[in-house]
Amino acid sequence: MARAVTTQTKVTYTIAAWAVALLIFFPVLWTILTSFKTEASAVASPPELLGADWTLQNYTDVWARSDYPRFFWNSVWISIGSTLLGLVIAIPAAWSMAFVPGKRTKDLLMWMLSTKMMPAVGVLIPMYLIFQKTGLFDTRIGLILALMLINLPIIIWMLYTYFKEIPGEILEAARMDGASLKNEILYILTPMAVPGIASTLLLNVILAWNEAFWTITLTTINAAPLSAFIASFSAPQGLFYAKLSAASTMAIAPILILGWFSQKQLVRGLTFGAVK
Amino acid sequence: MSTHSSRTAGRLMVSPSVIVLFIWMVVPLAITIFFSFRFYRLLSPGRERWVGFDNYAWFLNSPDFWVAILNTLLLVIGVLIITVVFGILIALLIDQPVWGQGILRILVISPFFVMPPVAASIWENLFMHPQNGLLAAASRGLGQEPILYLEAYPMASIIFIVSWEWLPFATLILLTALQSMSSEQLEAAEMDGASAFNRFRFMTLPHLKRAITVVVLIQTIFLLGIFGEIFTTTQGGPGSASTTLPYMIYKQALIAKDVGRAAAGGIIAVILANIVAIGLMRAIGKNIDA
Repeated sequence: MARAVTTQTKVTYTIAAWAVALLIFFPVLWTILTSFKTEASAVASPPELLGADWTLQNYTDVWARSDYPRFFWNSVWISIGSTLLGLVIAIPAAWSMAFVPGKRTKDLLMWMLSTKMMPAVGVLIPMYLIFQKTGLFDTRIGLILALMLINLPIIIWMLYTYFKEIPGEILEAARMDGASLKNEILYILTPMAVPGIASTLLLNVILAWNEAFWTITLTTINAAPLSAFIASFSAPQGLFYAKLSAASTMAIAPILILGWFSQKQLVRGLTFGAVK
Repeated sequence: MSTHSSRTAGRLMVSPSVIVLFIWMVVPLAITIFFSFRFYRLLSPGRERWVGFDNYAWFLNSPDFWVAILNTLLLVIGVLIITVVFGILIALLIDQPVWGQGILRILVISPFFVMPPVAASIWENLFMHPQNGLLAAASRGLGQEPILYLEAYPMASIIFIVSWEWLPFATLILLTALQSMSSEQLEAAEMDGASAFNRFRFMTLPHLKRAITVVVLIQTIFLLGIFGEIFTTTQGGPGSASTTLPYMIYKQALIAKDVGRAAAGGIIAVILANIVAIGLMRAIGKNIDA
């Protein structure tokens, strides 16, 4: 930055930028604030801020509702399970496409991405019936499979763009020096691939956690994650605002924090390396 | 480096992904096509039979269908315009010399991590609720009657909520693209007397082209399938005022339990999505080197 900036300009820009950012963030902030108010204080009109009654009661109440932890753990299992399963299938594929590309590699990648274009509702009925017939309906394993499949193209693409940046010359040099295939993978490739795999993992856990079509349509009670819980919590009558806010905060907090750590990789990952 | 054996190994490594994606794409689609030509209602068992194109005819002639198509287009195009235009403006603002840019990025990206049912529920209850919502309180504070956002303007409200969810994504990508711009070039243009508007029009905007393409592509993929927001807030209503194509098919399938008609709707949705996809894939093919 060679441009000289007067302090006054910087102050103006800073105030404007913070105002816009806080406006965008405000709904999240307001939800978090409301979750610490008593129910009466949450619906007070005009809205209370400094004079509100603050409490932790909503969190203990929501957690004590016998079903909340089950929804929470379903979310954890499904998002992490589907991502790990996806990685197991995607890593070899992305690996070989990045290091041993063929004439059709680009077409293959494009085709994989095009499967994402298929609207989920288009295949809702067969999925519903297949899940019913095979006993996968309303099970964690069923949702892990479904979410793995819808995120697999993204996982492969992300890994592919990361692996492609690992220079092939290093491998050849190692081979010249007589490294065995096992050592090549263990000591040279793996350390270079781990950061890419880690950010792919992080982003896909976020995507799976927030998925709200298959998780709502393919579950009823047993395997229903937080997306279904919150959807069923809608339209609270009168006095459940603070509890709704506490439940919402608990549903988004883990992912919000993960997201803050991964926002740099998010751009690169979700644009398939096109914007870095 | 690609010897014969390594190519074979490569195929072996790729094949599991290709096989599961192929099955995932073809099997449900084939079953949907099969059902789309059948009379098949879960509530009248034993009456299944072939009905030719009747289900398609019903779907295409249903007054809700054209409403749903229009709503789907409104939603996708509305959100794309709002997020790209405001995304560019906000990215330009944050890209200026400001204090706390790192925290600003975190504040701005946050809504993207809020799961759709939560985002919808926050807006529905804490903000747009005609009795207890913050916007109703604001209206009363100004001496106005609270506006029934989701009842009176259901599509506009949903477009607004979805835009709030996706604006962060667009902003962050555009901001990242802006930051890779050469500041020397811009300064040189400034010294040569190029106006701020011309610098934006002829230097910044062309530089952002690729990022905008990517934003449009990714968002379209997700926006065509928007479901959780409508399910949580309006349930497609009032009447069918906020029913989109995905929601109409969902209603036909899981509420009316009419598998045949819902399947026909599903095939129509797949065909429409493919038309959009072909155009988009061409654009992305040009802009992304695989």
